[in-house]
Amino acid sequence: MSLARRIIPCLDTDGERTVKGVHFESLRYAGDPAALASRYNAEGADELVVLDIAASRDRRPTFLETIRRVASEIAIPLTAGGGIRSLEDARAVIDAGADKVTVNTAAVEHPDLISALSAAFGAQAVVLAIDAAWHQSGWQVRTRGGRTATSLDAVAWARQAVALGAGEILLTSIDRDGTQSGFDIPLTCAVSRAVSVPVIASGGAKVPEHFAAVFREGCADAALAASVFHDGSQSINALKQFLALQGVPVRPVC
Amino acid sequence: MKLVLLDYGAGNVKSIEHAFARLGASTLRTNCARDLASAEAILLPGVGHFSALMGALDRCQLRQPLLEAIARGVPFLGICLGLQAICAGSDEAADIPGLGLFTARAERLPATAKLPHMGWNQVSVCKPSRLLCGLPENSFFYFAHSYALLAAQEAIVATSFHAARFAAVLEHENIFAVQFHPEKSAEAGSRVLKNFLAHAAAPASPPL
Repeated sequence: MSLARRIIPCLDTDGERTVKGVHFESLRYAGDPAALASRYNAEGADELVVLDIAASRDRRPTFLETIRRVASEIAIPLTAGGGIRSLEDARAVIDAGADKVTVNTAAVEHPDLISALSAAFGAQAVVLAIDAAWHQSGWQVRTRGGRTATSLDAVAWARQAVALGAGEILLTSIDRDGTQSGFDIPLTCAVSRAVSVPVIASGGAKVPEHFAAVFREGCADAALAASVFHDGSQSINALKQFLALQGVPVRPVC
Repeated sequence: MKLVLLDYGAGNVKSIEHAFARLGASTLRTNCARDLASAEAILLPGVGHFSALMGALDRCQLRQPLLEAIARGVPFLGICLGLQAICAGSDEAADIPGLGLFTARAERLPATAKLPHMGWNQVSVCKPSRLLCGLPENSFFYFAHSYALLAAQEAIVATSFHAARFAAVLEHENIFAVQFHPEKSAEAGSRVLKNFLAHAAAPASPPL
């Protein structure tokens, strides 16, 4: 008996519609978030992440409505984020039906935000999203959807965030995101070994072998993907059956 | 049935409303002691810090009315931190007493595994359970916590394991509590809530 490795579909939205970028750019549309959420819930997804990648102030009410619609469709945990800059932003997302919030850019700019969220909602509700890219001799943290380089090292930042109260790390490899060439195993492994909290690997998933590798060699606690699930090329049920045969503990689909 | 959902301003109570709505049951979201006096079943959800939950119950003056309702035999279901709240206390906030329905205390899970214990884990039944009735042995449920009951306790009917064995389900007369989140645990969780509703709707049996 052990904790199952989680499979987490991610819905990147422009507030209202599901979109998917390649290397954080060139968006294309992939359907209604509530309809996709309902499908993933039925297919055996262990959790769902909904991000507002536009994260503009005037579209925030639309995103909150999207969270409400998604939350009413599913009976699995829901994480939401994108553009969360304050305790009030986070509370609005949780009141709309999210169980956890992700913070990214605002946490880099104001690390105290992590402590404030953790104190208000508990560490289990605070997911630090890190977008990282290989740079010279290590993984550099990027913000603003991957566009802005920072001086932070991804492994050190993960450690600091956990000390501040983050209960989980959502780790996206910018080098792999959208490439469908597999998860970044060395990055995932380095962060997962450095922190005491679960790590969700993201970026680069295409085939079931990629998921098996990130669980076995990358020490990931969960794996997140978007396009391979959205376009129907990979069913969650078949993926879990594959992983179970490979000896990866997963929650079987009923 | 007047199904009272105690909402003291923390966490996602909406998901519990959704879960019961799917079963055709409506919940009354409240932090008012008056509603406990007429409650036919009570839900105490909880996430976050033990002190925040107990502090909120005290601020809303719910501690005594809740204990009285439970003593009257009103079916009660504590969820996650709501399980720890009905025990003696928690090492997360050692100086704050719990509701004291059970003598056990919540302790931090061993740091040999990743914490919070977050995700789907299996629950194994050790005594006949009304909440888990109809579910296969070792069903998966969604957990999100760092503290748990590690010591033996008469009321424990099912356990799970994450670095240590801990209480997953408590049942004693009209008192029910689960460390996992049934409202987030897909079909298995829905069955647990349905079983609770069935118990709550059944004609009350006299106190033992």
